[in-house]
Amino acid sequence: MVEMITLVIDGFEVSVPKGTLVIRAAEKLGIQIPRFCDHPLLDPVGACRQCLVDVEINGRAFPKPQASCTIPVEPGMIVKTQLTSPVADKAQKGNMEFLLINHPLDCPVCDKGGECPLQNQAMSNGRGETRFEGKKRTFEKPINISSQVLLDRERCILCARCTRFSDQIAADPFITLNERGALQQVGIYEKQPFESYFSGNTVQICPVGALTGASYRFRARPFDLVSTPSACEHCASGCSLRTDVRRGKTLRRLAGDDPDVNEEWNCDKGRWAFKYVTAADRLTQPMVRDASGDLQVASWPEAIAAAANGLRGKRAGVLVGGRATVEDAYGYSKFARVALGTNDIDFRARITSNEEREFLAAKVVGSKVTNADIDRADSILLVGFETEEESPIVFLRVHKQVRKRGLKVTAIASKLSTGNEKLKATFVPVAPGAEAEAIAKQELTPNSVILVGERASESAGALSAVVALADRTGAKVAWIPRRAGERGALEAGAIGNLLPGGRPVTDAAARADVATVWGIERVPSEIGLSSDEIFAAVNSDQIHALVVGGIDPHDAGNIHATLSALKGAFVVSLEIRPSEVTKIADVVLPTAAVPEKSGSFMNWEGRARAFEVAVPDSLNRSDVRILTMISDELGRPMALPTVKSAARELASFGEWDGAKSTFAPFSSVKAPKIGANQALLTSWRRLLDESSLQEGEDNLAGTARKSVVVISPKRASSLGVVDGDAVRVSNDHGAVVLPVLVEAIHDDAVWLPRNSRGSHLLATLGVASGSLVTVVKD
Amino acid sequence: MTTLTPVLSAHWDEKDSFTMAGYKRHDGYKAAEKALKMEPDAVIQLVKDSGLRGRGGAGFPTGMKWGFIPQGDNKDHYLVVNADESEPGTCKDMPLLLANPHVLIEGMIIASYAIRAKYAFVYVRGEVTHVVRRVQQAIEDAYKAGYLGKNIFGSGVDLELVLHVGAGAYICGEETALLDSLEGFRGQPRLRPPFPAIAGLYARPTVVNNVESISSVPSIINNGAEWFSAMGTEKSKGMTIYSLSGHVTNPGQIEAPLGITLRELLDLAGGVRAGHELKFWTPGGSSTPIFTAAQLDTPLDYEGVAAAGSMLGTKALQIFDETTCVVRAVLRWSEFYKHESCGKCTPCREGTYWLVQILRDLENGKGSEADLDKLLDLCDNILGRAFCALGDGATSPITSSIKHFRDEYIAHFTNGGCPFDPHASTLFASAKAGA
Repeated sequence: MVEMITLVIDGFEVSVPKGTLVIRAAEKLGIQIPRFCDHPLLDPVGACRQCLVDVEINGRAFPKPQASCTIPVEPGMIVKTQLTSPVADKAQKGNMEFLLINHPLDCPVCDKGGECPLQNQAMSNGRGETRFEGKKRTFEKPINISSQVLLDRERCILCARCTRFSDQIAADPFITLNERGALQQVGIYEKQPFESYFSGNTVQICPVGALTGASYRFRARPFDLVSTPSACEHCASGCSLRTDVRRGKTLRRLAGDDPDVNEEWNCDKGRWAFKYVTAADRLTQPMVRDASGDLQVASWPEAIAAAANGLRGKRAGVLVGGRATVEDAYGYSKFARVALGTNDIDFRARITSNEEREFLAAKVVGSKVTNADIDRADSILLVGFETEEESPIVFLRVHKQVRKRGLKVTAIASKLSTGNEKLKATFVPVAPGAEAEAIAKQELTPNSVILVGERASESAGALSAVVALADRTGAKVAWIPRRAGERGALEAGAIGNLLPGGRPVTDAAARADVATVWGIERVPSEIGLSSDEIFAAVNSDQIHALVVGGIDPHDAGNIHATLSALKGAFVVSLEIRPSEVTKIADVVLPTAAVPEKSGSFMNWEGRARAFEVAVPDSLNRSDVRILTMISDELGRPMALPTVKSAARELASFGEWDGAKSTFAPFSSVKAPKIGANQALLTSWRRLLDESSLQEGEDNLAGTARKSVVVISPKRASSLGVVDGDAVRVSNDHGAVVLPVLVEAIHDDAVWLPRNSRGSHLLATLGVASGSLVTVVKD
Repeated sequence: MTTLTPVLSAHWDEKDSFTMAGYKRHDGYKAAEKALKMEPDAVIQLVKDSGLRGRGGAGFPTGMKWGFIPQGDNKDHYLVVNADESEPGTCKDMPLLLANPHVLIEGMIIASYAIRAKYAFVYVRGEVTHVVRRVQQAIEDAYKAGYLGKNIFGSGVDLELVLHVGAGAYICGEETALLDSLEGFRGQPRLRPPFPAIAGLYARPTVVNNVESISSVPSIINNGAEWFSAMGTEKSKGMTIYSLSGHVTNPGQIEAPLGITLRELLDLAGGVRAGHELKFWTPGGSSTPIFTAAQLDTPLDYEGVAAAGSMLGTKALQIFDETTCVVRAVLRWSEFYKHESCGKCTPCREGTYWLVQILRDLENGKGSEADLDKLLDLCDNILGRAFCALGDGATSPITSSIKHFRDEYIAHFTNGGCPFDPHASTLFASAKAGA
């Protein structure tokens, strides 16, 4: 039970939990004390002095006004704000006048004008006119803090929100205040630039227009923007966002406020990667491949008929991709069963395993592990998962606890990442593929949380070891995929072994449930093929048609099999932009991008992240609507004409209360013998890399980490290389040459970024982890 | 006439006063040896009983400060000596360290023992290289003599003493900014609470004391609390060093019991420079409101100066005769505060920036009487609104000078500029007149 403290503010009594700051107790009464440096998620600093109030405790008055952002409430406290104390009012007005003497009056051209705390509070708590007749301090403007953040120093009021955020929240203390007096300014350390994945938050919390985003600067006035609450499509963290649109074009995105998920933060990718929506090559019209092999623009009825004709009577598979909304994924799930009569559907357009599929059905679908479990955990174990790179808000969540109470983090990985260094994680180095053994040795408690990434599926036996560890210790398990759509697709049954709501396809009662809701006679009862198996089945002439929604063949584990399958089958592609799939597809159907449609994602917690249309009047349709049209044409209607109808029908299933499938462990694979100059490949995708949704975002790309080959000191000395030397990593498929970085990595491993500039492993090497490669000095 | 009480400065006139031999000739390090045989709490009690108050400006009872350190907390404790003497007019710690560095080291040994600190730091301002060298040498000699390091004086007590040289910032004399600077960060004052006694250097319980306070401790150990408290006044006990500078015949340091008056001190220093008379003076450096000849008989102790409307501060008595333009003097001080404001808080950072511009205009005869009211109002918006005392100090010379010399301010703009001859106030002007 939290101890409550009662105090009086401006004559009104209020009770707040012990430890509450006066400024927030006042907020509870609706009394707004002006402030700049104060931020509820940052440590108090008391620097701006704007929130001065008169305070008296048990009859003893403080001789001078106090900063209400630094003083916790006490019993018997009487606070007089600017509303009831002339002293506080004068102190605030005087302070505001001081803040404005060196602040330029360039509000008409400032990005912040119209939504500026300084502007607003100067109106509410300032003097009408300045008495300053002297010379203002000026600086050269603007300077680049990074390729995406610009600083106008003369606008800065030195509240230190940006520097405190970077230090306390993001753990990237690459900006600090330099110099002193009126020349004090935000600066960077020249040897370590401000390359933080979270730098955009500094722009958002800047209470003036000192920090601006390069891609939004001078683009709009806040009052010309239409704002829509939305959800981020980039990863499974599931940030709440605000999308600001002007004349049908998204101009910026801001972090939304959701204490249970992203608090008030988001990552730079979520904030600044949205130009793909307005890319010049967006698909807007349906196309059908003609007899000579060229795609020709077609009308919707023509294209739908062509798709239906191609699919009719053929054994077909469905590949969803990880970016579908819950409603679209449900559409694919139902389309496969109702229109195509198959369970051959998989949302995992990446390197996968059947071990993972069993794990998802037994341990993940319907799981209720949440951010709150991280907040309460006594320790965190990371398996095949880099929080900062693959789910950055999970990184912030864990870091908050590390900073607050020294939460213990252990990372089982081949390479120690900067993210794990910032989390002060205990690094358990393993050779790629040897994760299972290390997992088995961990000691956890029922309060521990194991965060498993999608890359755990790349190491045979790792997920089985996780299940065994959780069973042995009672620790909670959460699976955190990289893409925003995967958990929702799992719950929607867009996978071969599950029907909607986590119903096992092998369970007759489950199938009966589903058949009833869908109004069909029977649901196929055999476990469907995985994505790899579907491609193999096409190549072995067993499957002849594919419905493909937003996948990139280069994400798959076996690029050659994938491309040959796509060439060999009749392919209906639902896409937003031209891709390797649309190049080959027989029918291309344009779909709506996230801002153009409504729907929801389900983040890794299984929490719904609903969003409305941000850009109205788009002619593009959500996938589920298009699939419904094809099903109608096929004469096997799925009857989901709108996103809402899909959401409603999926919700009507409720949770499966029958038995879950049991997990039968898979064994790990014996490590291959490593010859001289050979290493086991390990890699992950960096947050900022060459993914298709980041195309065209040059400012964002400017802060991406450099592509390097990472090897251990031992290997470096045997190769005779030092940091910066070129090293060649190759196999039968191809080679990647990059500068080397000698770091903490298992001696048997070599690390490269999976999809960064100059390092596209799946395209060049055809593998991404666990395989033998040759590492030599170039 | 007050009898002088040279204790700290008793042997400054001996050629080797700064050496180990010179110090030991006068019972040096006997107090430390004696203290180490006492219970630490008894040492604290003795200092409490003596009535010693902080000589850095605020006058907080030293023994009480030591008593705030939580004991038995299984944490490291630290002693930090503030030798960042930067207040304009203050020149007592630097001469003391130059002439008698060992008395500080001995005081630190005793204080560290009392608060159970195994590490002690001296933070010396960066500009005074000659002082730094002397202190460095003294520390080395003390290590060699076995007074520092492991098992000092064979008592089983360990003490490491670290000399840290600042980089030249006035704000680093503020104790929490000093701690930040000592930790390697940019010196800016910290939010309190937590106070240094609970979470100071490296977030450990820390005592921060002035050089003179700590240097006074060995004499208290040697001679007893009663000896010490017999000097001075009722609430301001002991001897202290007053620094006289400016328009005075023999500027320098005078060690006297607290409560001596400026009239007496001026007599000892040969009076205001020949042919001139006292116009105004600071009792405790530029951050303390100025006095005029009316306060010549004010007892210079904590209570006496406060009752007269100023602060004893660092006992830096800057003497200005009638040739000095008060506006010019105040402008120079204000420029100092503007230059030294750390920038953390708005009122000090922006306020000092603005005050200087108004004062410059006033000195040049631009402005009106309304500007004086504006100055006073701006000072009112800084005083007690800033994060630390630097902002308060910046307003003192302005408000007090307008109080005493409003007409002189007005004369600047009725005259269309400064009515004074700045040359007349220089020391070389008087040298020439004498020649």
